[in-house]
Amino acid sequence: MANYKLQINGRSYETETEADTPLLWVLRDHLGLVGTKYGCGIAQCGACTVHLNGNAVRSCSLPVSAVGTKKITTIEGLSAHGDHPVQAAWHEVDVAQCGYCQAGQIMTASALLAKNPTPTAEQIDNAMNGNICRCGTYHRIHEAITLASSKMK
Amino acid sequence: METLTKTNRRDFLKLAAVAGGGLFLGFHWNSAEASAMEVIGADAMAEGTINFNSYLSISPENVITIFSPNPELGQNIKTSFPMIVAEELDADWTKVKVVQAALDSKKYERQLTGGSGAIPHSWERLRKAGATARQMLIEAAAQKWNIASASLTTDNGFVIHQESGRRWHYGELATEASALPVPSDVKLKDKKDFKIIGTAIHNVDNQEMITGKPLYGLDFYREGMLHAMIQRPLAFGMKIKSVDSAAAKAMPGISDVVVFKNNVAVVGKSTWQVNKARKLLKIEYEAEGAIESTADHDRLFKELLESKATTVRRKDGDVDTAFKNAAKVISREYQCPFLPHNPMEPMNFFAHVREDGVELVGPTQTPEMARGEVAKLLNMAPDKITLELTRLGGGFGRRLKADYVLEAAELSSLIKAPVKVIWTREDEMTGGSYRPAVRYRFEAALDKEGNMIGYKLRGVGINSGNCTREDNFPSGAVDHLLIDSIEHKSPITTGAWRAPITNFLAFAEQAFIDEVAAAAGKDPIQFRLSLLDKAKQSPVGAVKYGIDRMKTVIQLAAEKSNWGTKKDVSQGFSVYFSHRSYVAQVAEVVMVNGKPVIQKIIAAADCGVVVNLSGAYQQVRGGIVDGLGHALYSNITFKEGVPEQKNFNSYRLIRMKEIPEVDVHFVNNGIDPTGLGEPALPPTGGAVANALFKATGKRLYHQPFSKQEEMKGVNLGDRL
Ligand code: FES
Ligand code: FES
Repeated sequence: MANYKLQINGRSYETETEADTPLLWVLRDHLGLVGTKYGCGIAQCGACTVHLNGNAVRSCSLPVSAVGTKKITTIEGLSAHGDHPVQAAWHEVDVAQCGYCQAGQIMTASALLAKNPTPTAEQIDNAMNGNICRCGTYHRIHEAITLASSKMK
Repeated sequence: METLTKTNRRDFLKLAAVAGGGLFLGFHWNSAEASAMEVIGADAMAEGTINFNSYLSISPENVITIFSPNPELGQNIKTSFPMIVAEELDADWTKVKVVQAALDSKKYERQLTGGSGAIPHSWERLRKAGATARQMLIEAAAQKWNIASASLTTDNGFVIHQESGRRWHYGELATEASALPVPSDVKLKDKKDFKIIGTAIHNVDNQEMITGKPLYGLDFYREGMLHAMIQRPLAFGMKIKSVDSAAAKAMPGISDVVVFKNNVAVVGKSTWQVNKARKLLKIEYEAEGAIESTADHDRLFKELLESKATTVRRKDGDVDTAFKNAAKVISREYQCPFLPHNPMEPMNFFAHVREDGVELVGPTQTPEMARGEVAKLLNMAPDKITLELTRLGGGFGRRLKADYVLEAAELSSLIKAPVKVIWTREDEMTGGSYRPAVRYRFEAALDKEGNMIGYKLRGVGINSGNCTREDNFPSGAVDHLLIDSIEHKSPITTGAWRAPITNFLAFAEQAFIDEVAAAAGKDPIQFRLSLLDKAKQSPVGAVKYGIDRMKTVIQLAAEKSNWGTKKDVSQGFSVYFSHRSYVAQVAEVVMVNGKPVIQKIIAAADCGVVVNLSGAYQQVRGGIVDGLGHALYSNITFKEGVPEQKNFNSYRLIRMKEIPEVDVHFVNNGIDPTGLGEPALPPTGGAVANALFKATGKRLYHQPFSKQEEMKGVNLGDRL
């Protein structure tokens, strides 16, 4: 057990846990930030995607001890009022079916657009290919990213 | 709410004042529609009582609350149910609040999700719920202002007196309305006057979903709650011989290791601690039943296809003579593997068993059945058990079963503490309840003119029940027909998987028909249409599908895809009737550098009235992506009872790069809704296989396609 200080969504959190605990479970079990989802635990589905210093990472495979002072953003902190252009586009396109994968999809998409505000269709495919949607909402995810991109210009 | 008499035969409305005034309308439904449960198709749902339906309330502040009783798993019911009520109420959709109702079998009936049955089942009732309230609001205005109710209309949440231009919002009238007698006869809108139904309304949970609010069972946490994971036998057919849990128990945060049935539950303070400790369990197993491998199943299927011990499902005419006299006989076999459901949210449930009652929270498609089974297990009256329904992170049929609810309840009763049991992805994939593996043999007899005069289908399946659908097309269109099946019982557990049985049968049947049409020298669409004409003009036995509805979707798909006229595009056709709705699909494949690429799928769907265009469109598109992905890639194999694929690194699900363009068209025929959660999935495999054949000259008989010899060197899913 050790003590970890984490910078999440612009706030400081402190937690007592084992060094190998994945960030995903620290967020969910210890800090009550349940927007980040568990889907596979082995970095295959993207449900657990968060931003680490702006990069999309799989929190299920990131031990809390490896986070250090890097800034974490979760779906809860992507925008103050749920109106980040990607979130707004998700609503406008009505992307979600069951919705379970969508926090991860949004975090991957928003990291992509932060780096590349005008991705090509192929770049969108490549960036999103690590995120599984079992309901098959891929067409709308793609559409929403294109829409968000057009609004961010 | 008072108890309502069971003897009343007509729809029975009951009214009560809500605290603080307002209109509160409940619906009791005593129609003789006991058969509503039969359409579900999953044996798991046979139990449960039917007695109540949805309701709505209107507060004096003009907030309209509509309760949605059915589990929401992405089929969009939580949005489309209230849309139907709001339509007949003439409500202002922006003022409607939608609330997920908890399990309450006194208030609701058929509080379950499965069989694409929710909308067909509740359509009338929901409309009446809205229309009745609307009429009472009009009546209240008429009495209050002493005007004839006939001179009043409603629009967008207001009762309006056209002559004087006066208008009152519903909230102003709700209290008065609640004191009025409930009209027994209400007029429903003409469908052409619908303003909300048929439009694209955004999912009512969008904001919560895109901001990460706790919605799902897995998101449920409670102070003092324990976490648990359960180690189930690694191999089907095994049982526990001994458990050494000392090392697991010694791990930090672990409070208990409990053995019950064939389960070893590790209980502790956090998910990760439990997960780690579980890996230290030393469990010895011994054989309890047959230990089977996929190679055994392959052998077994072939034996069973030759067996005489079949159950005849349908027999028309005299197949033996027809096949003897045939000019041509075509015989083909098709096989599919077991498939896990893999909803993105794995199984989980919270249970707190106390002396005086039980609290259950979590995702289930069948809350009432789950409660009933927990009541039986704990020997407790069902009314001492509450079940709070969370949003479901997908279901696909997996959450029709209550096994994971029962485990949580049993564990809580053993440890005497509140506990949330969670399944890892590996538990999910190795835990059973798979789509059954089946093999089919189809035989067709053609006469000299290429007419299909004989048809045989034998289905053999593992824990599949009847793996045929004997009354589906082309039954009714063939003079001599025999459909039979055999089931092999195995320790590998199976369950209903989105579009049970038809999820693979449709592929086999539609791929076969395509081959028969080719052998007859006919266009595959024309071949089907002439069979349908035959079923219409001289039906053989019962015809249990709508011939005209099927023809309409066939023609619409042909038209929208410009069937047979595209250059350098290979088209494959498929049409299927399942769960009361009709969907035809055309898949288009092009050759790129000598390799086939699935470019596009065009779908024509007839599900009757489309309630929510946005949801419906996505149901079809999502169903196609689901059908395509599983046909192409997904596979569970067994080695000595142990599933060989355990997570998404070895079990492939379709991803964004692999989806073709999908084009969706709806038939607009004004028929009451017939359901859409499943019907778009079954036709996809056949359309794609038929298109791949046209492009490559190779027929596909088994799923997943990507693993077949015929597709060697081809990366199915490649894009242009
Ligand atoms: S849960 Fe982390 S990638 Fe699947
Ligand atoms: S919306 Fe259900 S998994 Fe993506």
